[in-house]
Amino acid sequence: MKTSMKPVVFVPRDSGALSLGAEDVARAIAGEGAGRGVDLTLVRNGSRGLYWLEPMVEVVADGRRIAYGPVDAESVPGLFEAGFLDGRPHDLCLGPTDEIALLKKQERLTFARVGVIDPVSLDDYLAHGGYEGLARAARLGAEQVVTEVMDSGLRGRGGAGFPCAIKLRTVMQTAADQKYVVCNADEGDSGTFADRMIMEGDPFVLIEGMTIAALCAGATRGYIYLRSEYPHCARTLKAAIAAARARGYLGKNVLDTGRQFDLEVRVGAGSYICGEETAMLESLEGRRGMVRYKPPVPAVCGLFGKPTVINNVLTLATLPIILARGGAFYKNYGVGRSRGTQPIQLAGNVKRPGLFEKAFGVTLREMVYEYGGGTASGRPVRAVQVGGPLGAYFPQSMLDVALDYEELAARDGLLGHGGIVVFDDTVNMAEMARYAMEFCALESCGKCTPCRIGSTRGVEVIDRIVGGQNQAANLLLLRELCDTMTNASLCALGGLTPLPVLSALKYFPQDFGLGDEAAGEVR
Amino acid sequence: MNTNGWDKASISAIAQELKDQPGALMVILRRIQDELGWIPQPSVPLIADALNLSRAEVHGVISFYHDFRDHPPGRHVLRLCRAESCQAMGAVALARHVKDRLGIDFGQTTADGRITLDAVYCLGNCACSPAITMDDDIYGRVSPAKIDKLLESLE
Repeated sequence: MKTSMKPVVFVPRDSGALSLGAEDVARAIAGEGAGRGVDLTLVRNGSRGLYWLEPMVEVVADGRRIAYGPVDAESVPGLFEAGFLDGRPHDLCLGPTDEIALLKKQERLTFARVGVIDPVSLDDYLAHGGYEGLARAARLGAEQVVTEVMDSGLRGRGGAGFPCAIKLRTVMQTAADQKYVVCNADEGDSGTFADRMIMEGDPFVLIEGMTIAALCAGATRGYIYLRSEYPHCARTLKAAIAAARARGYLGKNVLDTGRQFDLEVRVGAGSYICGEETAMLESLEGRRGMVRYKPPVPAVCGLFGKPTVINNVLTLATLPIILARGGAFYKNYGVGRSRGTQPIQLAGNVKRPGLFEKAFGVTLREMVYEYGGGTASGRPVRAVQVGGPLGAYFPQSMLDVALDYEELAARDGLLGHGGIVVFDDTVNMAEMARYAMEFCALESCGKCTPCRIGSTRGVEVIDRIVGGQNQAANLLLLRELCDTMTNASLCALGGLTPLPVLSALKYFPQDFGLGDEAAGEVR
Repeated sequence: MNTNGWDKASISAIAQELKDQPGALMVILRRIQDELGWIPQPSVPLIADALNLSRAEVHGVISFYHDFRDHPPGRHVLRLCRAESCQAMGAVALARHVKDRLGIDFGQTTADGRITLDAVYCLGNCACSPAITMDDDIYGRVSPAKIDKLLESLE
């Protein structure tokens, strides 16, 4: 006996897909289906991260997902005509989704479910292995959870790369009447969008990760500090938190463990510095986002003066798979001291922009050319910035560097949050260096002098160098200024702004109107 | 978004409702900004009273965050991303085009009160650069022609 299945169509609700017209596509599919008398189920999934194919629509045929893209509203009647609901051929057909070459080549651990499931359906999450990590963590107990995380080699994905297990252990071992877990979802780096994709595409994995961290560390309250530029994340997170609470995954007795944990979303107000963990705490406490002195570290004295686990979205969202599959499974991926996978975000002037989760060790060249396909403009790649606005600019000759914390650091760069921004040969690197200083001036919290004053003086000095005024003296001044900012700033904003500035100067001195002899060193 | 209609009673009500939340000041300011589109100056003493803070403390927080406006915005808010990824895809030229067309700079509102133009530093839509938002909607791979069409569709 054959049961006729209701056709299922997936249209992403991811804000990147929405920015390319996914809402119109969803509306057109619903309308066309109704007009043809087809009773179909429309699922609004996350994005697979292949943004050059967005809006990418998927159907299920013979138990397999078949993809079409990029789809616009005008192509919808033709898709119905061609029989796309049954996975039939069409000019936009990309074949089975899991056979798309650049998806198949990835190692998707943190992003295993993103684009696959309905993000706000707890049942869908559970059907795809959700909450297996928390269930095992509850059986193991706190000490053993720390050991698993330690074994996995997981380091903070926000940028600093600090071992996650050490933070958990510190908070666990610090006695207090109240402890917190705070998720840093203030993803402000240009070229990064992995946190957004998790929160829009698989919010339960973040909630599960925070719950694992909370039970391990003994925290009962959690906050997700979300940047205001991500309104869609706020909606999916709030829906997912409510669903988790309604089914006992959050609340007074989490999964019948007798342990309490609940969390809420707090939306920021457009300040880049609030991605710095202590500024974020100040903001959560209702104040200006001024950076705090450390020590004490937040794991000892954090939110409202209490021990606080603070991690980035990706770090927390990786805990469930580590606990479900074991630390050794995760550690098996990666190279050197960079274990596991990194969701790499490829953006800027690139033919195939998107998110690619890869084990550490893939080279910058592979990412830019094999995955990215070179520039969108078709012109030569001139510079690549890795790690956000505080990351170094690399020239063509250095693209063979492996994406790994230590390898990048050895070349005066940083991995940051895993964002890569590609520029073609029309870029003026002196302008990019000036912009780095300008951005620092705009976003400085103002607490320390090197950052507050240095960034503004930096803009002026770069202008004088580019304007040809007393170049030798001003170049020396810029270097001294960068040295002061690097060594005397309170946090990474002032401390790392010299990185894009000095790398631009080192590799592209001609853009500043200088000869090659002016290039100098980054550090 | 109601940009001008507000009264002290509704602001006091928000402050009273949220004053016991941990870190209440940000929660209150966020709510007022979301509901009114700006934070009218007379709300400062009302909030200060409710939270037992000085006016200076409240003012200091409002002035720190880019999102909090002390003037009402235009009927529509256009935000252009100025960050690196969008710059790599022509955001500088796009900004010049929009500024010329509207006759205003970042942070300004057209004389007819129709559009406020703001700079934003990353919308997380870097894979679809250059990116903008118009009110609550996000747009990617935006060209001058696309933005012109969008501007023409507004009242």
